[in-house]
Amino acid sequence: MFYRENGQFKSTYRADQQIFPILQDRVAILALLAIAFVAVPLFAPDYWVRAILVPFLILSLAALGLNILVGYCGQISLGTGAFMAVGAYAAYNFQVRIEGMPLIVSLLLGGLCSTIIGVLFGIPSLRIKGLYLAVATLAAQFFVDWAFLRINWFTNNSSSGSVSVAGLNVFGVPIESPAAKYLLCLSFVVVFALMAKNLVRSAIGREWMAMRDMDVAASVIGIRPVYAKLTAFAVSSFIVGVAGALWGFIHLGAWEPAAFSIDRSFQLLFMVIIGGLGSIMGSFFGAAFIVLLPLFLNQLPGWLGFSISTALASHLEFMIFGALIVFFLIVEPHGLARLWSTGKEKLRLWPFPH
Amino acid sequence: MGFFLETLFGGLMVGMLYSLIAIGFVLIYKASGVFNFAQGAMVLFAALAMARFAEWFPLWFGFESKVLANVLAFLAAMAVMVVVAWLIERLALSKLVNQEGITLLMATLGIAYFLDGLGQTLFGNDIYKIDVGMPKEPLMVLQGTFQGGLLLSQEDLIAAAVSAALVVVLGIFFQKTATGRALRAVADDHQAAQSIGIPLNRIWVIVWSVAGFAALVAGIIWGSKLGVQFSLSLVALKALPVVILGGLTSIPGAIIGGLLIGVGEKLSEIYIGPMLGGGIEIWFAYVLALVFLLVRPQGLFGEKIIDRV
Repeated sequence: MFYRENGQFKSTYRADQQIFPILQDRVAILALLAIAFVAVPLFAPDYWVRAILVPFLILSLAALGLNILVGYCGQISLGTGAFMAVGAYAAYNFQVRIEGMPLIVSLLLGGLCSTIIGVLFGIPSLRIKGLYLAVATLAAQFFVDWAFLRINWFTNNSSSGSVSVAGLNVFGVPIESPAAKYLLCLSFVVVFALMAKNLVRSAIGREWMAMRDMDVAASVIGIRPVYAKLTAFAVSSFIVGVAGALWGFIHLGAWEPAAFSIDRSFQLLFMVIIGGLGSIMGSFFGAAFIVLLPLFLNQLPGWLGFSISTALASHLEFMIFGALIVFFLIVEPHGLARLWSTGKEKLRLWPFPH
Repeated sequence: MGFFLETLFGGLMVGMLYSLIAIGFVLIYKASGVFNFAQGAMVLFAALAMARFAEWFPLWFGFESKVLANVLAFLAAMAVMVVVAWLIERLALSKLVNQEGITLLMATLGIAYFLDGLGQTLFGNDIYKIDVGMPKEPLMVLQGTFQGGLLLSQEDLIAAAVSAALVVVLGIFFQKTATGRALRAVADDHQAAQSIGIPLNRIWVIVWSVAGFAALVAGIIWGSKLGVQFSLSLVALKALPVVILGGLTSIPGAIIGGLLIGVGEKLSEIYIGPMLGGGIEIWFAYVLALVFLLVRPQGLFGEKIIDRV
């Protein structure tokens, strides 16, 4: 009833090409941003911010990066954890080795290093695709895990690759309290999401999608596969690298290579599949789902009045994830994002659907 | 020299186990074009079933004989794998016919997670032993040739014999039986096979069951060597580079690829590892596969099916 675009006429190309063409959407997103930036840091309990919102934001950033590669460009990657690790350790090196390095600059430089590694491991994608590429990116995963565990230079000679950072600050503001950490992550996520959305709407995004849908046809109409695939790898691993750096610096504070193991790669892939392949919004849905589901599963038996062991709970989590992946691939390959847009379509007609 | 040979032999043994897992991949890929990520989870599931049934059956039915327990457990585990194969076909694959390879790959990833969780929920999550009565004492050979002789484990030799037997059995099954012919027909061309009346769905159940059988054998050998535990599922990821090396469609390729990777891994760990800081076993196989993908993407024995852009 309230959600409809009657009477909203677009008289300029600018207006026609907005990200949110409907006024109500714009209002809603502004309200959401206002709540996220103002209300949440003021009123949300510290535990929520620290244990749910910060991981959610960082993982959705990583899922966003992966979605560009898998969802938009159609190149499967099982090495996301590795690219996160490169981001985190590179940022750590910049932070530790260069005196007075601003935090944001080292986070971004971490992303840049991840870009280089990502493009390097993306080169095989020029000759192979699909399942073969999965193995190539697995190589990245295991190699990077090993490198940070064994090559001491990367970890500033700390044993077994465990490093920690302390005394972070941005423009003189210390990043200590959960609210400050949250705001830093949120700013990164908002900027990157906006950037990613604009990238996929632009010429290069269309090249990626053409590559995904049919590579031969794409190259026939003059899209250079080398350029399209490698830029997708570059952009994706940059975002993933920054997310990795944030995960290490802001969420964990002290970490070792195991924080970016192959399980992380699978987890991110699941977020992308469940959230929606080829959708910026979907990355957020997927991340929210996967961050919240374990918490929910832990609470559920308590609400129902019986208790299950933690081991059983973690196995159930495995089973539910596995079943959901198959379920989504069969029933709704576009994931939660598609459900969301279907819901919005329905809402436009509600309450008189005919 | 003796040390080199021992390392070589150890590598061959590990490689044999990789091959066993890789055979499962190749079987399924050949018959249905699905790159089965869940093979590792199937190995874990089968091994867990075997270990636990062998433990439970004597308690349930009140007999003592270890041989009987093992035989019954083997049959029961096989039955479980057939049921799993049937369910996978019914609930997942039949709904995903004609989807892209990448979708099927992700679906098998989901199946892998599900099986990991289900196996541990049903059968427990400790480390279990499979005891099928393999001799544990090492064997000394060639004491005349080298000083100190060569130390071989009998267990490994038996494992190698079992693997070889499995390959022969699968070979006969594929070449000589009617079902095997049907499987090869489906592998060559789905539509042509369907048009002469081969039921695709049943063929897929059979293939997944055969892969389940290969998984069970692999699981038993791994399990009796190292115990059954969750890490088995991850070790099985090593079968991916093996099939890339050997070629996705070739069973001999899976064997030779497995042996090459097993040997390469052990030798490089000992002779190159110290230069790089050790532990290169973790990635050696994958990086080798990566190099191979760049140079010869179809693998050693695979058909040239890769399309380039």
